[in-house]
Amino acid sequence: MKLIFEKSTQGRSCSILPPCDVEQIELKEGLARKTKPDLPQLSETDVSRHYTELCNRVHGVNNGFYPLGSCTMKYNPRIDEQMAALEGFTSIHPLAPDYSTKGCKAVLDTAEKCLCEITGMDGMTFQPAAGAHGEFTGVLLIKQYHASRNDTRRTKIIVPDSAHGTNPATAAMCGFEVVNIPSAPDGCVDLQALKGALGEDTAGLMLTNPNTLGIFDENILEITRMVHEVGGLCYYDGANLNAVMGVVRPGDMGFDCIHLNLHKTFATPHGGGGPGAGAVGCKAFLRAFLPGSAIKGHEGIQVRSFAGNFLVVVKAVTYILTLGKEGIPEAARNAVLNANYLMRRIQGTFEPAFDRICMHEFVLDLSRFKEETGVSALDVAKSLIDRGIHPPTMYFPLIVHEALMPEPTETESKETLDEAADIFRELYELARKDPDYMKSSPHNAQIGRPDEVQAARNPILRWKRT
Amino acid sequence: MGSYIPSTAAQRQEMLKAIGLEDFRQLYKDVPGEMYLDRELDIPSGKSELEVCREVSSMAAGNKVFPTVLRGAGAYDHYIPSIVRYIPAKEEFLTAYTPYQAELSQGILQSIFEYQTMVCELTGMDVSNASVYDGATAAAEAAAMCRDRKRRVTLISATTHPDVINIVRTYCYGTNDELRIVPAKDGKTDKEELRKMLEGGDVSGVYVQQPNFFGLFEDAGELGQIVHEAGSMFIMGCNPIALAIMKTPAECGADIAVGEGQPLGMPLSYGGPYLGFMATTAKYMRKLPGRIVGQTTDSRGERCFVLSLQAREQHIRREKASSNICSNEALCALTAGVYMATMGPDGMAQAASQSMSKAHYLAKELCKLKGVSLRFKGDFFHEFLTDIPKADEVLKALEDNGILGGLPVDGGIFWCATEKVPKAELDRAVSIVREVLA
Repeated sequence: MKLIFEKSTQGRSCSILPPCDVEQIELKEGLARKTKPDLPQLSETDVSRHYTELCNRVHGVNNGFYPLGSCTMKYNPRIDEQMAALEGFTSIHPLAPDYSTKGCKAVLDTAEKCLCEITGMDGMTFQPAAGAHGEFTGVLLIKQYHASRNDTRRTKIIVPDSAHGTNPATAAMCGFEVVNIPSAPDGCVDLQALKGALGEDTAGLMLTNPNTLGIFDENILEITRMVHEVGGLCYYDGANLNAVMGVVRPGDMGFDCIHLNLHKTFATPHGGGGPGAGAVGCKAFLRAFLPGSAIKGHEGIQVRSFAGNFLVVVKAVTYILTLGKEGIPEAARNAVLNANYLMRRIQGTFEPAFDRICMHEFVLDLSRFKEETGVSALDVAKSLIDRGIHPPTMYFPLIVHEALMPEPTETESKETLDEAADIFRELYELARKDPDYMKSSPHNAQIGRPDEVQAARNPILRWKRT
Repeated sequence: MGSYIPSTAAQRQEMLKAIGLEDFRQLYKDVPGEMYLDRELDIPSGKSELEVCREVSSMAAGNKVFPTVLRGAGAYDHYIPSIVRYIPAKEEFLTAYTPYQAELSQGILQSIFEYQTMVCELTGMDVSNASVYDGATAAAEAAAMCRDRKRRVTLISATTHPDVINIVRTYCYGTNDELRIVPAKDGKTDKEELRKMLEGGDVSGVYVQQPNFFGLFEDAGELGQIVHEAGSMFIMGCNPIALAIMKTPAECGADIAVGEGQPLGMPLSYGGPYLGFMATTAKYMRKLPGRIVGQTTDSRGERCFVLSLQAREQHIRREKASSNICSNEALCALTAGVYMATMGPDGMAQAASQSMSKAHYLAKELCKLKGVSLRFKGDFFHEFLTDIPKADEVLKALEDNGILGGLPVDGGIFWCATEKVPKAELDRAVSIVREVLA
């Protein structure tokens, strides 16, 4: 389809602003730009149709099944959107006087109270705008804590090799040396490896539990105890909280600080890449290190202007109030049930990497399948697109080769899971009959496979008038 | 209670049975018994949609909405065309994840490619990323882009928004790098001090806000020259509405242009979601953090779009990545794209020029009042700082009349006007101030 610039017509415009009703001031010669920006010139019909055409080329979770592992693509309720669009929230200036923003404070207080209870934490900030931003904030809590005790020896953060890439990247941004430890084959922490890495230079450990292979680490109490014993702190990456919310709390596992992905666990939409919200919670002894705003007189760390992605918090609060104390654990239990059900329905064709109960997601290991058929995990993923399913996460975690990681979430019905399982099984058969068809899939998508090598070698990152 | 679980109780039992379990507890057999939560959460019971709607609406009603806003300081109340609210609310855009699977995400990828182009047009730079969290984190990421082994110090002008300074300081605290503040003189960056601070040869990048925190235009071209003479990189943090008419960062010699994109169609929303935009020259393309969308062709030879240059990113590079950023503000970038497409080059220029004109009118009228004067002399855009008696009473009187006045700053009041406020309302605000000062 055409780019918006290719639909532009010189002299066309939308009618938005009235003429200026005060004396119009022009910028001085030296301050003004030489030429106007070459933005598209369109009628409102043009704008509307262009974006409608674009949105017809997008698959969202509200369009269909989206089992993207580690991303918790659950249904995003419309009521959450309606509440976040209330004028009483959208028109509030972030620097309005406190007496006029009591409603915003009530939202943040409700979110803090509920989420502290769900996670077993004592305090929380909503400044971080995404999960990785939350990690950055959380690890800075650890850094400040050690600094406040003049404990300058602690220069290392331990990260298992099964961790999300954001974990080591975050530790580096916080000035720590990253110690990667190998995981046990099931992605759980190898206690011997951990023991070998721990020492008086340990600042902390970053961990996801359930881990990135969808397995709950049953040694978790021992792990956090070992880290604490050498004076380190434990950071919980909340990416996988959906499996356990209301069932077991990171605070009770021994974690000192955590981040949550409100855009995963608490049903706020991901918007094609954001905005998210990466709320950071901590135990009482770390509360003094939480961020605030300089313009409001705070002297500690600050990671984002004002109160963070406030409207995302409104959506999460709406969701939490809807589910309540009964619905939160019910959602977790059904997310786990759906994952196990789907895994077992597929089993016998594509094999799970671990034949055991999984949490909210599971990993399929296609290495033998690839050897037998020549069809890769990527080919299966692209074939799923032809069947109307968004592919699972591919080639992650790195410790399983030819990995596909489906996470169905609790908001899919048994019928959807049955259909999806049948499609997986069909593809398993198809790979034996017609592997070339799968290797050249997708066949029915709006585009064929893109040439990513060309994109990287010859970067075209903007449109230019020819 | 509310629930979004479609499977019926009977189906759930059937599914449990199918996987060989009797009850839900068995799903959690790996969870040590001592930490398994054997009690209800201490949060309210779930509610129906209607009840939740009432409860959250009543929280919103606990806020006071000011129909007129004369306050900016980093968050600006511009008019948002109706279509700009509707398009990003389309479910496809709203409920998709990051466009990892290009075949299912062309709409999002193309919208980002178009946004990147618009940011390049606005700033004059060569390459834009797909967005970062906000203007302040964009500043911090830009500062990190400038560092190499030898040059570790970052300079930031004292005329920068205090939150931006604090956030850049926080990121510097993270990487153990030093941040030094370039002092201000008469409300603008002190050039002589800047020259001196660059002498050591250890400065990687210098950040200047344009227009600056006090609303004044910096002599950006000259500042850029001073910075480059010392071999450092020049970062400009720009207001995107002003960019429709003011000299671009490229024209000022900037190496990196960043800014808070909120004025491009995002409501005030008590601080977010907002949008950090970030653009640079071709030379530094591979140092840019975050997602970047690139054009390529598909197996059928057609033009298409993909996430590109991923070798910079955390999921590939892990601890050696240029940043840990993963999620960004894609939907806000879409919003900004729709805003710029709807306003067009002339509409954007009108929004900029009317905002500036109204701010100058307001300043002129306020300064006719006894005891009111501009603190700084220089050219300003749509914000200005006044010295004014009885600042607290003035603001209170305005608030009682539905007007959020300027922000109290250093004993004065820091005002902002946008195209949204009609002349009659500006006159009403001035007459309220007049009464208080009388």
